[in-house]
Amino acid sequence: MLDLKRIPLGAAIGLILTALFLFVAVFAPLISPYPMEQIVGDVWQPMSADYLLGTDNLGRDLLSRMIYGARTTIFIAAVATAISFILGSVLGFTAAVVGGWFDMLMSRFVDLLMAIPTLIFGLVVLSVLPTTVFTLIMVMGILDSTRVYRLSRAVAVDINVMDFVEAAKLRGEGTRWIIFREILPNALSPLISELGLRFIYAVLFLSALSFLGLGVQPPQADWGGMVKENKDGIVFGIPAALIPAAAIAALAISVNLVADWILNRTTDLKGGRGNG
Amino acid sequence: MLARSLIGFALMSSPIVKLIAQRIALGIMLLLAVSVLIFVGTQILPGDVAQSILGQSATPQALANLREELGLNDPAYVRYFRWLGGVLTGDLGTALSSRQDIASSLGGRLWNTLFLAFWAAILSIPLAITMGLVAVRYRNGVVDKAISGVALASTSLPEFFIGYLLIYFIAVKLQWLPSVSTVYDGMPFIDRMKAIALPALALTFVVFAHMMRMTRAAILNVMQSAYIETAELKGLRPIEIIRRHAFPNAIAPIINVVMLNLAFLVVGVVVVEVIFVYPGMGQYLVDHVSKRDVPVVQAVGLIFAAVYIGLNIIADIAGIIANPRLRHPK
Repeated sequence: MLDLKRIPLGAAIGLILTALFLFVAVFAPLISPYPMEQIVGDVWQPMSADYLLGTDNLGRDLLSRMIYGARTTIFIAAVATAISFILGSVLGFTAAVVGGWFDMLMSRFVDLLMAIPTLIFGLVVLSVLPTTVFTLIMVMGILDSTRVYRLSRAVAVDINVMDFVEAAKLRGEGTRWIIFREILPNALSPLISELGLRFIYAVLFLSALSFLGLGVQPPQADWGGMVKENKDGIVFGIPAALIPAAAIAALAISVNLVADWILNRTTDLKGGRGNG
Repeated sequence: MLARSLIGFALMSSPIVKLIAQRIALGIMLLLAVSVLIFVGTQILPGDVAQSILGQSATPQALANLREELGLNDPAYVRYFRWLGGVLTGDLGTALSSRQDIASSLGGRLWNTLFLAFWAAILSIPLAITMGLVAVRYRNGVVDKAISGVALASTSLPEFFIGYLLIYFIAVKLQWLPSVSTVYDGMPFIDRMKAIALPALALTFVVFAHMMRMTRAAILNVMQSAYIETAELKGLRPIEIIRRHAFPNAIAPIINVVMLNLAFLVVGVVVVEVIFVYPGMGQYLVDHVSKRDVPVVQAVGLIFAAVYIGLNIIADIAGIIANPRLRHPK
């Protein structure tokens, strides 16, 4: 089904880069030249053979922090995306199959949540919640599940009226069977391409929160937080903050390339691609 | 006054006015629901405002006194309606951290934010629409591919990457513009424009790509109509077809695109203001989220949501007005 030679160049680059980022994230302790929090030299040293990307605002090796940062950023974004997908798709499918007041209530509530920009509502909620990785993941996952809910409900409503679903209902299958055995397999392809886009959004959202000082807390390294740590160097012509920022961009672009390719290969369902 | 209300009465019978009135009513209801959500969102935790002002070491007596003073002993719905009543009469309460009146500290900042967003919009809208038209004219060609590539890349770029790139190269290396956007009352217009040039440019990047992509899609959609084929068969030049036949018919979706992106712009402003240390609403919000200053967060959150919802409603209304079938009912 999948002919490797026919992958377009863009998608191939995207796949390779994404795999590279994942590899770095998984094997961070093996790859990184120095421990994450060890102060190895002077503040903001330039790139050298010892410190390939130079040192950061406290004299820690920037490359090592980038590698550990990849781990934190990708881990949090991936878990948040997983939560948003499980929550959003199960509720969306259920709303489409059950219909009635449940559908009505859920859909209006999702409309309400989506009427507030995600970043703004995230900030409102984080102003009272403790800033831990757990609350971050939950807030990101729940807020983003609204988009997945919209898409999966729209897809499931179409599938729900098909003959094979009707047949299953006549056979006397329960709601759970209908959702997981009839609808889910047929809704997978639009959902999978959406997965990539939601993951990018989670990376960007997490980075924005950390950059604003409200996401991952130091001394833990994550890319958005590293931009914040090193931003004061920019005015003195020290580009350290640009490196984590560029890494976020590179990760987002490569996942985007892969998602775009999958989207083109599957149906052209593009619901729920908005952000904000 | 009388004449105006008579005209208003005459217009009420037209379906378009009814539709618009419905949208506005819906928007107001939505805003009320959002105010409930924002209020509830800040009440999730069992701990309360008094605790966070006085800290963990506060004596129970001091806590009780402060709770009494802030009216925290009333049930949640009473506090909500007191807050809502205040908001409706322009009283946004007092900041916990500085004990200052929120409404008066917000005034200047709201103006600053709108000023920045306005110039970013002036910059990005014509650019995005022109580029969208160019992309359609040379669709599937090199120019289109290049424009689409840039657009794809820039939707994946975080605001701070663009912002710090601009600071690094234009402000620090070339020293053309200041790296920090300081503005003050009575600042000469030229200096103010210089101060906001970089943040406005960064915001333009943030919304430009999305706006251009959607403009391109809207025009391409129209390009599939039969009258475009007729125009082609008449032998009109491609750019003429786009300018005279496709673009006017794509105006409704394009206005919609523009308004939606202005809504994104309002959100993008939060991060961009922090990057350039610009004294606007976004920075005010972020500062007070880290201080856990709930009244400020509620007030600013509500204002952001109101602007966002307002722009979305304007997008809806623009779509209704631009639709000739609704404007001239049979």
